[in-house]
Amino acid sequence: MAERLLTFSIFRYNPATPEIPPRMQEFQLEETMGMSLFIALNRVREELDPSLMFDFVCRAAICGSCAMLINGRPGLACKTLTQDLREKITLMPLPVFKLVGDLSVDTGCWFRYLNVRTEAWIHTGKVFDPKEIEERMGNPTALEIYEAERCIECGCCVAGCATANMRADFVGAAFLNRIARFMIDPRDQRPRAQYFEVVGTDEGVFGCIGLMACDDLCPMEIPLQGQLAYVRRKMAQFALRGK
Amino acid sequence: MNWSDAHLTDVLVIGAGLAGERVAIEAAMNGHQVTILSLVPPRRSHSTAAQGGMQASLGNVAMGYGDNPDIHFEDTVKGSDWGCDQDVARLFTELAPVAVRQLSHWGVPWTRVVPGKKTLPEGAEIEDLPEKAGLIAQRQFGGTAKWRTCFAADGTGHVLQYAMDSVVLKLGVTVHDRTEAIALIHDGQTCYGAVALDLRTGGLRPYLAKAVVIATGGYGRMYGVSTNAVINEGTGMSIALDTGVVPLGNMEAVQFHPTGIVPAGILVTEGCRGDGGYLLDKNLHRFMPDYEPVKKEIASRDVVSRWMLHHMHQGFGVESPYGPHLWLDIRHLGAEHICTNLREVATICRNFLGIDAVQCLIPVRPTQHYSMGGVRTNREGEVSGLKGLFAAGEAACWDLHGFNRLGGNSLAETIVAGMVVGQRVAEYAKEASLIFPFFLVEDALDSQEKRLEDLRSRKNGDEDVFALRHRMEDALLNHVGIFRTSEALQQAVTALQDLYQRVGHVRLRSSGLGPNPELVAALRLPGMLRLALCISYGALQRTESRGSHYREDFPRRDDDTWLKRTLAYWRPGADMPELQYEPVKITELPPGSRGYGEMPIAGD
Repeated sequence: MAERLLTFSIFRYNPATPEIPPRMQEFQLEETMGMSLFIALNRVREELDPSLMFDFVCRAAICGSCAMLINGRPGLACKTLTQDLREKITLMPLPVFKLVGDLSVDTGCWFRYLNVRTEAWIHTGKVFDPKEIEERMGNPTALEIYEAERCIECGCCVAGCATANMRADFVGAAFLNRIARFMIDPRDQRPRAQYFEVVGTDEGVFGCIGLMACDDLCPMEIPLQGQLAYVRRKMAQFALRGK
Repeated sequence: MNWSDAHLTDVLVIGAGLAGERVAIEAAMNGHQVTILSLVPPRRSHSTAAQGGMQASLGNVAMGYGDNPDIHFEDTVKGSDWGCDQDVARLFTELAPVAVRQLSHWGVPWTRVVPGKKTLPEGAEIEDLPEKAGLIAQRQFGGTAKWRTCFAADGTGHVLQYAMDSVVLKLGVTVHDRTEAIALIHDGQTCYGAVALDLRTGGLRPYLAKAVVIATGGYGRMYGVSTNAVINEGTGMSIALDTGVVPLGNMEAVQFHPTGIVPAGILVTEGCRGDGGYLLDKNLHRFMPDYEPVKKEIASRDVVSRWMLHHMHQGFGVESPYGPHLWLDIRHLGAEHICTNLREVATICRNFLGIDAVQCLIPVRPTQHYSMGGVRTNREGEVSGLKGLFAAGEAACWDLHGFNRLGGNSLAETIVAGMVVGQRVAEYAKEASLIFPFFLVEDALDSQEKRLEDLRSRKNGDEDVFALRHRMEDALLNHVGIFRTSEALQQAVTALQDLYQRVGHVRLRSSGLGPNPELVAALRLPGMLRLALCISYGALQRTESRGSHYREDFPRRDDDTWLKRTLAYWRPGADMPELQYEPVKITELPPGSRGYGEMPIAGD
């Protein structure tokens, strides 16, 4: 591999020093074999600027912490290899979410708020009996729920969404997927109407303008447009047939 | 300090992984106001990285029929190499089935039993009976007599954490994420709360509570290569040790997982081997049956890791730019199995190795994975030395795992311990009142404020925090690994003592203002070095081999002298841990043969 000198152009802003305006700052590193943005950003921090803020947790693309704009496109930094990028790499924080500083954004609070708003938990009147064996479920149903449950709340689908960028109240593909997850779960006893009160609006399924960036960008490859269509179709059925 | 910044609550839980959230749920269901502090949003906790599953003796699958808590108990004690507390193991194995079923009630999409005849990779025919259809399915994990590990594909930790957090949301538990507890507020007898650093602003805030729970997980990142998330820096163990009155138990017991991928160190689940995967050497020879004719690849983790390293030392490792490794082969399990039950493994292989696990071999090597040691508690989670302080999960040593944890027993432990400790916390908080001496809080806050100011004033010396940290990582990685010797351990202790002297002279290169990562690293490093010394010094003093602690110079387990637990204290102002020992409780199963790992091992 020919050795390349990489230039990282990184968004900088520290809310603790508001007198220094937001800016782009360049850092250079020699590329090493198999270098990911996780490795590169840690080297920038340790060798060049220890104040650089960014978020990594699992560094294995399963926790959803490190989403950022990589050359303008939302993606997980930990699994992005520099060998797949050109020599000059631009890194920006995700839009839509509140900035913590530099590349770090507050996806946690955003998702937490919407999990509460959509009541993203099992609603059931049944009381757990520790002496009973578990209720049965067909494995295909379990796999279907698992598919939707794979969302890691990284925020790529939201940051890449035209609607979410224009209107703050749009729940985004992640939450339409979350709604679908509970709709297909037989343990959740919410009446259909209750789901649609939350998402049967412009803030929900009807806010989508169909550009499909969510589907393109999901690092877990969840079929988000399919999930959205599922919720929309179920709603139409419910409106027409009342079930 | 400004008292209006203080946060008051009934129960303060430090750590929002599975153990912390389960404790919080139990306390909240008992009517307490609960606040959880977490370095990251709860759903980003390292618990989510657990892949393979959670052990509970449901006996739902053909290879698990007839299973019960007694057999699970026996497996756990043997796995621990008789280092565990047998009362705790008994309690745990009885409650694990309840924990699994309750999680199903809360929404976990457990993989379910599909009845019918199946052929195992080695040719045996089994049949899952129709009457078990739709019950929770179970797979094989290492060191177990029955297939007992409940799973949701290979994203079990993820779905457990999401279900658990959904209950936390439903119950209205307060969560302060991006908040790090950096000191406990105590008077040497009772714990009153914690001083926390706001990782959004860099400011300090006191949290005051009737009961405080440490559930911060492990310290894997103190090793240069680990399967752990980057937040696993032992912060909770560290602040408990810093009190000077709380001991850490068995810190020398460090687990290395057989299959971390090379070079990234990311875990691929034990389920790969449990489902029938093989370990191959450079000649593509399946070598584990040579060493372990009965258990083969699915002996306990300490044993498999030792044989792997031994085999590489014999010259059978595959050479790579990142040092020698071995191969994990799951190709014969077939595309359908890999793309459903080992789906996240396939994704990790694609993302971080650029290979298709259906077609290719996976490069693996034993990698630091788990801490059996932790904050010493009794079987209800009450921490030794301080009233009102509790601990649960990997951060604690209550002590379920002894010197080696079985795969699938950590997820199960987080939840069972969460239930048990949560109940005790709830009782305790009901009896206690929220009282605290004002001066204690102010003193605790002042002394932490001073640490921050000292670092921010940059007058302290000229040591670089990241450079010191890398030396610590190297000392542990190179000298406190799978095969240990007196000489290497002494080298580690000497190196760490030197680093501990130097860490007082760290000088920040940046301003340290706001949510500054260099400041956070500098605040954590002294505590990490104290933990590293507890690990290395405890290992040096334990002149026997037990579970994951293997001494080449003392290769036998020595029950006459060492059937005891190490307790490490760090007295105020000391520069080394003080070690004490307590007997291990044997109630049902006296020390004997594990049934694997028996052949004499030379570390070369």
